[in-house]
Amino acid sequence: MSERAELLLAIADDELVLGWRDSEWTGIAPFLEEDVAFSSIAQNEIGHARALYQLAAQELGTTADELAFDRKPEEYRCSELVELRLPEWERTIARHVLYEEADQARLEQLKASDDAELASLAAKIDREEAYHRMHAQMWADRLRDEPRFVTALKELRPLIDTRNGHTPEFTELWEQMTEVRRSQPAGTTW
Amino acid sequence: MIYEVFRQERKGQAFQHAGSIEAPDEQFAKSYAREQYGRRGESTALWIAPREALHPIEDFVDELNRNYHRVDGYPLKEKLKEARERASRAAAGDR
Repeated sequence: MSERAELLLAIADDELVLGWRDSEWTGIAPFLEEDVAFSSIAQNEIGHARALYQLAAQELGTTADELAFDRKPEEYRCSELVELRLPEWERTIARHVLYEEADQARLEQLKASDDAELASLAAKIDREEAYHRMHAQMWADRLRDEPRFVTALKELRPLIDTRNGHTPEFTELWEQMTEVRRSQPAGTTW
Repeated sequence: MIYEVFRQERKGQAFQHAGSIEAPDEQFAKSYAREQYGRRGESTALWIAPREALHPIEDFVDELNRNYHRVDGYPLKEKLKEARERASRAAAGDR
C-alpha cells in the first residue's frame, strides 16, 4: 500500500472512530444545547472519514464502505486516543481538545501538500474543523481549573501518537461498528 | 443563562425571533446558536442577546376604547362605497 493510502487511512480511521465515540453522547450529554452541538461534531467527523476513505478507495480500487467497515480490527490505523470509551464528560472534552490540536497540525501539513486532491480535501475539512476547535477551546477555557480535567489532559496526551496495536475497547467498538455489515446475507449486496 | 436568538433568512430581510437557548456564557451561546439556527444554511446572520437585555412591554391600555387610533377601528370600506356611488351618480347626471 502506498504511503499516501496509509496516511489517508490513518486519518480516516481516527475520524471514524472518534465520530463513533463522540456520538455515544447523543441523548445523554450534560445539557440539551451541548447534546445538539456535540452530536453535530460527531457527524462531521464521520463525514470527514467518508471523504478520506473515498480518496483512498479510488487509489486502492475499493469503496469507502468497504474500507470503513469490512477490514479486520488489526487493519485499522487509528490512534489509541480515539479508541477509548470515555463516559466521563471531562475526559471526553480533554480528548476533544487534544485531538483538535493534533488534527490541526496534521491538516496544516496536508494543506501544503503537492498532492492537489489531498490538499483541497484537507482545506475543506479544515473549514469545518475550525468550529470544532472553537468548541474545544471554549470548553478548555471553562474547565481549565477543574482538577479532573487537568488530570485527564495529562493522562490522555501520550496516547495521541500510539498506533501500534489496539486497546481492548477498540475490539468491542469494532464489533458494534461492523455488526450491520457483517449481518449481510451471503450473495446479497447493500 | 437564557439567550434569545434572532435570525435573518436572507440579506436585507428583517430579523425574526428564532428561539431561545440555554448557555453558561456568551461564548457558548454563540456556538450553540450557530449550531441550532445556522448549520443548515437557513440563516445569513444571527443576533444573540441575553434575555435580561430585552425589555418587554405588555400593557397596552385602551380604557376609553379609542378605536379610531387603530387602523381596524376606522371602517373605510363603507365610506368608500358611498363615495363611489356618489361619484357614479354625479357622472350619470352629467350625461
